[in-house]
Amino acid sequence: MKYSAINLVRNAFSYHENWQKAWSSPELKKEYDVIIVGGGGHGLGTAYYLAKEFGVKNIALLEKGWIGGGNTGRNTTIIRSNYLWDESAALYNHAVNLWEGLSSELNFNVMFSQRGLYHLAHSVHDMQEITRRAYSNYLNGVDAEILNQDQVKKNIPHMNVNGRYPVLGAILQRRAGTARHDAVAWGYARAAENLGVDIIQNCEVTGIDVSNGIVKGLQTTKGSVNAKKVGLVPAGHSSVLANMAGFRLPISSVPLQALVSEPIKPILDCVIMSNTVHVYVSQSDKGELVVGAGSDSYNSYSQRGSFDMIEHIMGPLTELFPIFSRLKMLRQWGGIVDVTPDRSPIIGKTPIENLFINCGWGTGGFKATPGSAHVFAETVAKGEPNKIASPFSIERHFSGALVDEAAAAAVAH
Amino acid sequence: MFVIKCPYCGDRDQTEFSCHGEAHIARPENPETLTDEEWGEYLFIRSNKKGIHYERWTHDHGCRRWFNVMRDTVSDEILVTYKMGEEKPKS
Repeated sequence: MKYSAINLVRNAFSYHENWQKAWSSPELKKEYDVIIVGGGGHGLGTAYYLAKEFGVKNIALLEKGWIGGGNTGRNTTIIRSNYLWDESAALYNHAVNLWEGLSSELNFNVMFSQRGLYHLAHSVHDMQEITRRAYSNYLNGVDAEILNQDQVKKNIPHMNVNGRYPVLGAILQRRAGTARHDAVAWGYARAAENLGVDIIQNCEVTGIDVSNGIVKGLQTTKGSVNAKKVGLVPAGHSSVLANMAGFRLPISSVPLQALVSEPIKPILDCVIMSNTVHVYVSQSDKGELVVGAGSDSYNSYSQRGSFDMIEHIMGPLTELFPIFSRLKMLRQWGGIVDVTPDRSPIIGKTPIENLFINCGWGTGGFKATPGSAHVFAETVAKGEPNKIASPFSIERHFSGALVDEAAAAAVAH
Repeated sequence: MFVIKCPYCGDRDQTEFSCHGEAHIARPENPETLTDEEWGEYLFIRSNKKGIHYERWTHDHGCRRWFNVMRDTVSDEILVTYKMGEEKPKS
């Protein structure tokens, strides 16, 4: 059923109790042309674009929990594309282009809000870095503006620009913003199922069947299943899945946490991030401040951040916004992020034939969801990564052609 | 948050320490003879174990010495801490 004003009125007569389910719970079949492992935004999007743009008919998507219950539902929903390097700008800007049409494409409101993102500069070095990045952005067709202290102060009047680390300026991307993370998973799931994708929840992959270097199928908690091609789209368990297929990844899985404050009236109409004091904050449509910062330094699969990190998040926030210092934090949660040495993702082929992987998004995967899904769908369908995806192969860790965004552009969010 | 037993100083709060990744990765003896694959493997590929994991920590705000930790990455429980150069404990 198409979501529309007419259907909204029609369903009002039955007190909105007869809406059909947005997606069903089909049984796992014996064989599929393509199986996507991982029901977050990236995986659901991959299944959707495979069915819609690449004509693949017989697709299953396996999710070990519930769809969108992993990192898709645990992030701070920030979207931007102002990365330094050409390879990253191409990938993340492809995503922003798709975000702009996503709600109408999926017939599902993902609440994409291009409220603008200010990345703060606190030192002469920071000003040089954002200037270099802005010029790089211009060359790559990514929008960027460099603001001085007065302009920042005028646009964000509540911010204290004269703290211990004064705000000297900012790089502003107006096309950046936020989206409703759950709606992204739900929208892609509903649209994928409309195109015939079987979405199998509570189905954990326990083994990958490989014969003569070619993937043949999967062992799952709902039985075994054959597949001509498999796309792994995990977060938090990339190395575990790779080990099942007999190869290793350049990934460390570490906890990243975020917090949400009690809801307040509108006070912050943009996204603020700072690498130097290290915090990022935006206000949700419910009025809560959504706050995050750095990841823990140690590996963990516990989905819990360390307690002392909360102080590292709140310190910079109250330094920048003394007005927030008496707010209560209502909720706190952790997710496990798969970090690569260069803070760029891994998209492409694996040592196993017909087995593809899209992982290693680290702390910044949400923003890339539609772009990542789109280029990975093409990779799976054609067997080769396209021009945007090809710099992000596993091989870059052996050739040395890293896409080093860790030190270069920003803390990857 | 952990209470970590530094092999030199005893039990201390986690905030005094920092973690520096997987332990027991030996630098190759003859790097100039390695292939790109072997060098990449040494530099970047990690076991990233779910379960018993060996890692290096430093006591930054204490004795500033390095040591190894055996920890369960599912429960975050620290099982053993031991000095650099000591034998890797069995999991």
